[in-house]
Amino acid sequence: MGASQTRPEHNYDDLTDKSGFSQEQIKNLYQRFQQLSGNHEKISRDDLERIPALNNNPIRKQIITAFFDKRNQHQNDVGSLDEIGFEQFLMVMSHFRPVNSTATEEEKVTVRKQKLRFLFNMHDTDNDGIITLDEYRTVVEELLSQSGAIETEVARSIADAAMLEVASTNVPHMAPDDFYEGITFEHFEQILKGIEMESRMSIRFLDMNTATMRCGKLSS
Amino acid sequence: MAPIQRSSTLRLTGLLCLLFLVFFSHGFASHDAVSEKSSETIQEDSRSQANSTAHKKTFPVLSFNYEHVRTPFEISLWILLALFMKLGFHIIPTVSHIVPESCLLIFVGLLVGGIIKATGEQPPVLDSNLFFLYLLPPIILDAGYFLPMRPFTENIGTILMFAVMGTLWNVFFIGGMMYAVCQIDAAKLAHVDLLSCLLFGSIISAVDPVSVLAVFEEIHINELLHILVFGESLLNDAVTVVLYHLFKEFAHEQAITVTGAVLGVISFFVVSLGGVMVGVIYGIVGAFTSRFTSYSRVIEPLFVFLYSYMAYLSAEIFHLSGIMSLIACGVIMRPYVEANISHKSYTTVKYFLKMWSSVSDTLIFIFLGVSTVAGPHTWNWIFVIFTVIFCLVSRVLGVIGLTAFINKFRIVKLTKKDQFIIAYGGLRGAIAFSLGFLLNNNEIKNLFLTAIITVIFFTVFVQGMTIRPLVELLAVKKKKESKESINEEIHTQFLDHLLTGIEDICGHYGHHHWKDKLNRFNKTYVKRWLIAGERSTEPQLISFYNKMELKQAMMMVESGSAAKLPTIVSTVSIRNVQAKGSPKPSRAISKSREEEIRRVLRANLQNTRQRLRSYSRYELLNDALEDDISEARFRKQKEMERRMSHYLTVPANRQETPPVRKVFFQPEHKVYTYDDSESPRGRASPSCADDVSELKETPEKPDQSSTPRANRDAELKPKEQDDQGDQLKVSRCLSDPGPNPEDDEDSTFLP
Repeated sequence: MGASQTRPEHNYDDLTDKSGFSQEQIKNLYQRFQQLSGNHEKISRDDLERIPALNNNPIRKQIITAFFDKRNQHQNDVGSLDEIGFEQFLMVMSHFRPVNSTATEEEKVTVRKQKLRFLFNMHDTDNDGIITLDEYRTVVEELLSQSGAIETEVARSIADAAMLEVASTNVPHMAPDDFYEGITFEHFEQILKGIEMESRMSIRFLDMNTATMRCGKLSS
Repeated sequence: MAPIQRSSTLRLTGLLCLLFLVFFSHGFASHDAVSEKSSETIQEDSRSQANSTAHKKTFPVLSFNYEHVRTPFEISLWILLALFMKLGFHIIPTVSHIVPESCLLIFVGLLVGGIIKATGEQPPVLDSNLFFLYLLPPIILDAGYFLPMRPFTENIGTILMFAVMGTLWNVFFIGGMMYAVCQIDAAKLAHVDLLSCLLFGSIISAVDPVSVLAVFEEIHINELLHILVFGESLLNDAVTVVLYHLFKEFAHEQAITVTGAVLGVISFFVVSLGGVMVGVIYGIVGAFTSRFTSYSRVIEPLFVFLYSYMAYLSAEIFHLSGIMSLIACGVIMRPYVEANISHKSYTTVKYFLKMWSSVSDTLIFIFLGVSTVAGPHTWNWIFVIFTVIFCLVSRVLGVIGLTAFINKFRIVKLTKKDQFIIAYGGLRGAIAFSLGFLLNNNEIKNLFLTAIITVIFFTVFVQGMTIRPLVELLAVKKKKESKESINEEIHTQFLDHLLTGIEDICGHYGHHHWKDKLNRFNKTYVKRWLIAGERSTEPQLISFYNKMELKQAMMMVESGSAAKLPTIVSTVSIRNVQAKGSPKPSRAISKSREEEIRRVLRANLQNTRQRLRSYSRYELLNDALEDDISEARFRKQKEMERRMSHYLTVPANRQETPPVRKVFFQPEHKVYTYDDSESPRGRASPSCADDVSELKETPEKPDQSSTPRANRDAELKPKEQDDQGDQLKVSRCLSDPGPNPEDDEDSTFLP
């Protein structure tokens, strides 16, 4: 426990409700937050970019941007922030919380929508509510960016094929001259309904502090 | 109804004929054994006489010598019987809906055994050597080679828990309880001591992969449950091996010492890890060998089989776990081998493995039936009934207890329904029987064998038959139709990276972090060594995409020439997706690529039968002629043949749902089947992708029938027109027809 721990205890219950994490998990995340921010109140993009392990990640830019995206704060706001505080950090993290097995079907659907929304926001960079072909192309290009010299043509054709698939699944009958604007959120949901997002898009958040290496039970 | 009746009578006659054959051959065998000596002596005499003096006996124009071919003949007969049975069950669908195939096979085995016994012959027993060395490996290899890696690795903790702790619990519970039962005076089993009971427990506890596969394959249960039970059945081999040998050794000494127990634990680690290591070594060697097999493609599949088999045998030499070695070998070898071997070889490997495992599986169950009839049996009501009861009880308790523990660590918890299916799916099978058979001959052995057979019958018949209605009743999730789409693939990869990134930001090294590290290690070091040519740097998304496009092309061609147009669902084509007025990306398609594709499409429009007839000879001949034909042309040809061969090995009637909405192909693993490593064309992969999309964009010809790959299909609607006309049409449709010399090249290698 460092000396510069300024944990506003009274906020924790608030945060627990909003984000769904347990007290232990919030504590751990707060410590990490402090670590990343150098004990400041806010994290900037540079702080995140400094994480060495992220260097090998082909989509690190998108990930970092997602943290600063206002849409992920459940506030119906758009735009992006320059810095985020702990609460916002937590809100973004809460998207990756696994769903409780005791949750009802509606709750599961809500969680699933939430997670898909997060993904959608990552792709839809211009905030217009649809993923256009160009945006999708960027996604594929970024995915392949670390794999050596890949021609943009390849990325393009893959993105085109994917787009085509979405279009043909969701809007089966289009006249030859119609133009498919882009992937809306409903189409996005439809195309990814094969992947069980509730379970796939989650990571373990630890209850106990790994730094102190206490063997405790991992949270679910 | 008529056809069904006809086929059933057909089948009955077939069955009767076959039974007659078997009976006949055995009759002959025995007859021959007797008369063999006399005929031999007569022939000897005649020969010697012939040498010395004039022929006293006439030269036998037609003689009968059965002993000469007896063994292979009988083996073939048995295999034929197995195959006919398999065929029969599929011709009559009604029975196989209710009764799983394994039950029917055991029943047939009982029948055959009964018939053989009735003729006074000694029916063959399932020899343990035969089983462990010849019948079991193909099934395990098939399972291991096609093991779905993602669910397996995601659930490895759970699987190991069930395999190790679950089996241990079963062994000690059953062994202990049976010992308690043996103490009951009424049972007259006082002579069975604790160690023997424990030995019995170790034999009967292990869930059997053969039975599990046989039953679970038919009920199409969801992937998670399938991999849990199946993975458990594979990995518990190590535990079984150790405990079996441990108790067998100690049975002599009548007591287990502490050192013995400690050695047992150490032995477990040695057996399992050693087995895995042997498998890994063979797998790597196999992958490395496959890097060079481009020089002789025909023998490629053999390498796969032999390396795996050697891994199994090598592990068995040291009493390590052969099954784990085999699985490890298959799993390690597969991604690299598939990147290296040709498409035909891949198909060969796949079909041979399926074939062998299918035959093995059938033979095992038939032999189980026969061996039951063969006996000898010592039936002790109390022992047998209590064995069955305790097997069930211990399984249920074990699963419940372990799940309660495991669920603390799992993200996706196991529900009560899941637990029930896991418990109910714990089938015993031939491995237990063979292990029991290997016991030393004494009175206890027969007692054990009878009990083992009863348990096997119970699990296979009762549990096997009722699991399907129970699955329906409990509404357990079934297997998803895995219609993979490019979107899902993109997002699967995206998610992987995203979650790794989030884990990194969170600062803890979780599941994704290590997976990512492993992947990167694989990419930078391992692939470079084990994969030939430029395939080593091909990212997964691209190979996935290429493979998909290839399959689509084949599917389209197939559906076109099989005179069955897929139902039109979507009229969307690429034009709808690309922005109006957006400049068509200039694609620098290599001419050779384009003509390649054109050739493929054109040639496939021809009569398929013609192609089929000349398939095998022609391809092999070409391999031989490699040196003669100029390199460039030959490569193009191989490319085409590769596509063709894929097309040809997919049976034409296998197009249940038309691939119109999503791209789909058989629910397989991701395979680097595309492209040849020998190709010097540097932009092979990218340009193909270009070409294929390019094809989508040549829509100028009116496409009345539009499917998503509308444009290709419109060109491939050949049934009304004659082939020749089609070819011209196709070549006109695709972008600018190449210069004339290409036509010459075409004619040279079209059959």
